[in-house]
Amino acid sequence: MNKPLIKLEQINTWFPDNKPVFGKPTSWIKAVNDVSLNIIEGECLGLVGESGCGKSTMGRTILRLAPLYSGKIKFMGDDISKSDDKGLKPYRAKMQMVFQDPKASLNPKMTIFKILSEATALNLRVAKENYLEQAVKLLDLVDLRPEHIYRYPHEFSGGQQQRICVARALATDPKFIVFDEATSALDVSVQAQVINLMKDLQNKLDLTYLFISHDLSIMEHVCSRVAVMYAGQIIEVQDSGSLFDTPRHPYTKALKNAVPIADPESGKELGILKGEVPKLSDPPSGCHFHPRCDYKENICVEKSPKVRKTGKNSQVKCHFHEELWKRGVLRYT
Amino acid sequence: MAIQENSYQMMAKKVVKEHQKQKWFQLQLLLKRKAACLSLIILVLTVLAAVFAPWVAPYPEQGQGVLNIENRLQPPSSASLLGTDIYGRDMLSRVIYGARISLFGSACIVFFAALIGVPLGLWAGYNEGISGAVISRVVELFLSFPSTLSAIAISIIVGVGWPTAIIALIIPWWPWYTRLVQGEALSIKRMLYIEAAQMLGYGKIYIIFRHILPNVMTPVIVMILLDLGPAIIAIGLLSFLGLGTQPPMADWGLMVWEGAPNILSEWWISIVPGGAMFMVVIAFNIFGDALKDILGSNR
Repeated sequence: MNKPLIKLEQINTWFPDNKPVFGKPTSWIKAVNDVSLNIIEGECLGLVGESGCGKSTMGRTILRLAPLYSGKIKFMGDDISKSDDKGLKPYRAKMQMVFQDPKASLNPKMTIFKILSEATALNLRVAKENYLEQAVKLLDLVDLRPEHIYRYPHEFSGGQQQRICVARALATDPKFIVFDEATSALDVSVQAQVINLMKDLQNKLDLTYLFISHDLSIMEHVCSRVAVMYAGQIIEVQDSGSLFDTPRHPYTKALKNAVPIADPESGKELGILKGEVPKLSDPPSGCHFHPRCDYKENICVEKSPKVRKTGKNSQVKCHFHEELWKRGVLRYT
Repeated sequence: MAIQENSYQMMAKKVVKEHQKQKWFQLQLLLKRKAACLSLIILVLTVLAAVFAPWVAPYPEQGQGVLNIENRLQPPSSASLLGTDIYGRDMLSRVIYGARISLFGSACIVFFAALIGVPLGLWAGYNEGISGAVISRVVELFLSFPSTLSAIAISIIVGVGWPTAIIALIIPWWPWYTRLVQGEALSIKRMLYIEAAQMLGYGKIYIIFRHILPNVMTPVIVMILLDLGPAIIAIGLLSFLGLGTQPPMADWGLMVWEGAPNILSEWWISIVPGGAMFMVVIAFNIFGDALKDILGSNR
């Protein structure tokens, strides 16, 4: 149960910022910058961060949809970081993704049956003549009515479309699913449906999730562990129960403080972070967070902090995490 | 568990039955549209008349071009229902024989233009690399010449006659399809379902033909139907210049041009083939429109 399903070793996903006619690009957009992380079998790992910090790119890098610049990705012990399209084929079925916009992720000219069979084709355990039966089974699994199998995606509501996307991801019999902001485009009530469905399926089918979102309350509800991303780097990982009560990185606290409280009389000011999201092509020196940090010292400007383990499955990337922890300034009140 | 597997099988069977009912329902929807049905009937009759011209035409030999000078420029009468032309040939027979070249020729032009243009457009839209750029430049090169002019030049070089006229028209015609499809493909390529297919490990060719092609087909079908009319006219234009259909034979465009000098006195010579052209083009449009609606505006 506790062995890592996916091991990321110093992965970098850089996109060229300028394209010279000859030679290599001189500046890069470092969407994922030196990230090392384990995703443990059977867990739901959350990934939070501001928009544009590289969370989606990281999810897509793990699935090898975004180009990997350097680093190693190990899936079930096998190194898949160097494999080409052909070499990846056996792993494609084991890793799937559900996208943010369900409408755009279903081909409008294909019936639900076709969409599901296309994915089922990767599942070698299902024979071709059983595709229809399998599709019915999948729809039943995501609480949709099997009668709708010959309908087109536009005949469904957003929540139903997202459940079709989940069914497609399940069709290949995967071990690992990335949910890329999968609930952000949905109504709150529909969000709850999809999330409960996700949790049920995880228990039923022994799945491992990477749940990318910027919604902290959903994170706390769904995920067992949460990783916080800032400017292409993972700055903190902790169990979701303790992360927001006892954060170890100043940025995690700032994130939690920015969540509005649904009580007009609480009298608490929103802690809006000063400054701007750093440019990924030209991040600040040293610790990327230092221009916005309340506790910065000279060393923060000069040196990038090392990733330090704070527990069995938790880590933090800050020069002063021990000191801040002792002073207790980050604790959520 | 066995019971559950069984019930999935049952459900699957039921679903198939329902689907067959639905297909029948789609056909019924088409039958309900009177204009579309009428258009379909007109198109089928025209094509049948063209195919079986020797049996349908009242004067087959005149339709093929045998002169009948003593009856020249007769207005419509019981002997020749649509009048006779400048050489005394029966207009009805001429129109029926003319349909052969006009319909077949325009269908050929549009079909081959799409057959060449659409795959190139798909490829250029999906691959933004060197091959895509090369295709784009070639398309621009072709589009920079006026298409009529290049068709005239090509048929002069290749030789006269209606088969070469068709080839001469396909050459400047296909780039329009490439350009249309390339633009569409470029936008569809960015949709998430393309990424989803890539994630399933499907290759370029599969994605182009199974995902992008069905999504560009609607504008392509509309363009094909709209192009059939201009294609009939374009063949007629080349024929008028002596480069296409050679005079004893007939095509609708040629006949319109033939009647043009006498349009004020002997109006039927131009109006009859013109009317035939008009009818067929409108029928194509109405039918195409209805088909588009019924097959689902799935966007």
